Amino acid sequence: MKVWASHLAVVALLLALGFLLPPYHATNMARIMVLAVFAMGYNLAFGYTGLLSLGHALFFAAGIYAAGLPIWHWGLGAAPALILGLLGGGIVAGVTGLLALRTAGVSFMIVTLMFAQAGYLTLLYFNGVTGGDEGFALPASGRMLFGADLSTDLPRYLTAWALFSATFLATLALVRSRFGRVMVALRENEERARMLGINPFTAKLAVLVLSGAASGLAGAAYGVLFGYAGASFATIQYSILPMLYVLLGGAGTVAGPLLGAVLMFALIEVANDLTSAWLFIVGAVLVIVVLFAPKGILGALRDRFFRGLP
Amino acid sequence: MTNFLMPSRRALLKGAGAGLLALALPAVVGAQAAPIKIGFQLHRTGIGASYGRWYERTATAALKLINDAGGIAGRPVEIVFEDDATDPKRGAEVVDKLTQQAGCDLVMGTLFSHVVMGSAPRAGELKVPYLVCSEGYHVASGALNRWTLQPGITDVRAQISTMAPWVAANLGKKVTMVFPDYAFGHDHRDFFTKAMAEQGGEVIAQIAIPPTETSFTRYFPQIPAETEVLYHVMVGPAVLTFVKELGEFYGTGAKPALFGFVDSLEAVDTATPGLEFLEGSHFWEGHPRVKPADAGEHEAAYRAAVGVDDNGASVSDAKDVSTYAHMFSTWETLYFIKNAMEAAGYTGPADRQKLVEAMEAITDLPYGLEHPQGAKRFNGKTHQVFGSQYISQIQSGKLIKVHATTIDEGLYPDAVDYTAMSF
Repeated sequence: MKVWASHLAVVALLLALGFLLPPYHATNMARIMVLAVFAMGYNLAFGYTGLLSLGHALFFAAGIYAAGLPIWHWGLGAAPALILGLLGGGIVAGVTGLLALRTAGVSFMIVTLMFAQAGYLTLLYFNGVTGGDEGFALPASGRMLFGADLSTDLPRYLTAWALFSATFLATLALVRSRFGRVMVALRENEERARMLGINPFTAKLAVLVLSGAASGLAGAAYGVLFGYAGASFATIQYSILPMLYVLLGGAGTVAGPLLGAVLMFALIEVANDLTSAWLFIVGAVLVIVVLFAPKGILGALRDRFFRGLP
Repeated sequence: MTNFLMPSRRALLKGAGAGLLALALPAVVGAQAAPIKIGFQLHRTGIGASYGRWYERTATAALKLINDAGGIAGRPVEIVFEDDATDPKRGAEVVDKLTQQAGCDLVMGTLFSHVVMGSAPRAGELKVPYLVCSEGYHVASGALNRWTLQPGITDVRAQISTMAPWVAANLGKKVTMVFPDYAFGHDHRDFFTKAMAEQGGEVIAQIAIPPTETSFTRYFPQIPAETEVLYHVMVGPAVLTFVKELGEFYGTGAKPALFGFVDSLEAVDTATPGLEFLEGSHFWEGHPRVKPADAGEHEAAYRAAVGVDDNGASVSDAKDVSTYAHMFSTWETLYFIKNAMEAAGYTGPADRQKLVEAMEAITDLPYGLEHPQGAKRFNGKTHQVFGSQYISQIQSGKLIKVHATTIDEGLYPDAVDYTAMSF
């Protein structure tokens, strides 16, 4: 009960921030919540199940294009586009998983990386349809959700908040369920899990589909909320990004991806104001975190103070 | 009776009034002198960094001249540079930051097309003028919005189309194109093939190179033997390998004439070992890197202000070659802003719509220190400027200007009328 209360408090706090923050920070918070959805999806695979993927940019891009292309070419609305994004990410993750899950560990990482790279090049190759490396701006008609204009501040914030909250609470329910314990069992000792009657391939495939669906939803949300889709979202940079959020906030914690996304966003803002070598500062901070808090901030807090933190 | 200690009522009122005026004066002076803040979305890091470095230097040089001459409408001007890492996601965040945090009156300076595409929607939402220096066809194609304009540099469609008549007349009519297999290369493929056909020429082979390719030797046998002109637009570090391997392929035997776009050699010394095969070949240039013998009267002043020597390198380091063919766009965009703000009577962000309307009303931009690349014509409907293009030949390792096109050669029918769109 305490766990649900604390996580609902986070959701309530984020809702309040939408009305309290000045426009600049509210827009950034909307961005952070969308990216946190992406990181929560990544966390299901990496943090809870131990699937170290370098291909999640493919699932994010699958979502942004599954939503963006029908809007751009056929004038689809935002609501069906978001659903298509969710499905697009899940389906692409499923197909990728069917092949990539035949490997494990470093091999899995490399195979997922190769799939993502192939996806990126496919987007470039069919640039007549996808807009290629340049990408495309989504028309205003595709950014309307139940009569609300997602290019304006409050509807955008509330939509990002709703998607974040749904993913956040669903993740909490999932990791506290029986299947959540299966995920952790696979991460901790796959052979023992197999001995207990769990089919590792099926379970990991299911996790990857859920992870990809969340990533796809985040991609679709980014497209309709901020009005742009482009192949750069399929580059390796966007596979590393959710990993950094998860590592910083705490792998295998429900709130870690949000914390990581907030801190990373703030770190980039502050470092950018201090020096043109801001990437160096960001890198140094990450090295320090990995050295002194290898389980991330919430992971370290869980070890020391909050043993029951999911 | 009145005296200093016992003033009359009228004197007291006069004194109080003068006092109030004196108190209000600093606020009035302060308001008049409040600087105009121009946000600059800068590619300081990422793949656009070599361009960004020179874009910053050129804009800073123009800023100094503008401020030395009294600023804009008597107000000093500041530029707030913010790195966008040449990334479209960060680009949109930078537009936000410059507009809502730094309080900039407008945003300018973006070069890479994907950053423009990613940032323009946010500029439209914030209703802030967004002046790009990108040469992409995205503005004039109608893909963006009323707040996005490109007044400082011609677009790739005009650049490519104007090359075809000269190539057909001087180099040959049977062309093979080698280009990277993504949007930049496809623009060249589509616009040049069409323009060449209009000249009675023909593109006899189109060789698309995948963007991850690091060696090109296996593509060269696809070049038809009857090729008279090899049109190449490889970009990035690959260009050095491409040229070297092309040289090995043809050896000392007969070879087609080479024509390329200098984009692939921006910030690269054309006398770099390995580029010898380019000797005698021709390149498009937006602005001739090596000062031409017949350069306009303002060329020297522009180079001196930016800190570039007659070879297009930094005056403090001859190895630091500039992105000369593109960087003038930031200079000219700043002067375009100055002219539009003064025409609009711009006083602050509340006048942004009026400012865009004033920009749309601008047509002729005469040659001068404000437009050192050449005279231009701005199309308010398509938000795109048109100007001259240059063709240079590599002679003894240097780019020597051999031809200039007219403004009219680069014109094409309007694809959009932004003035009919709402703000």
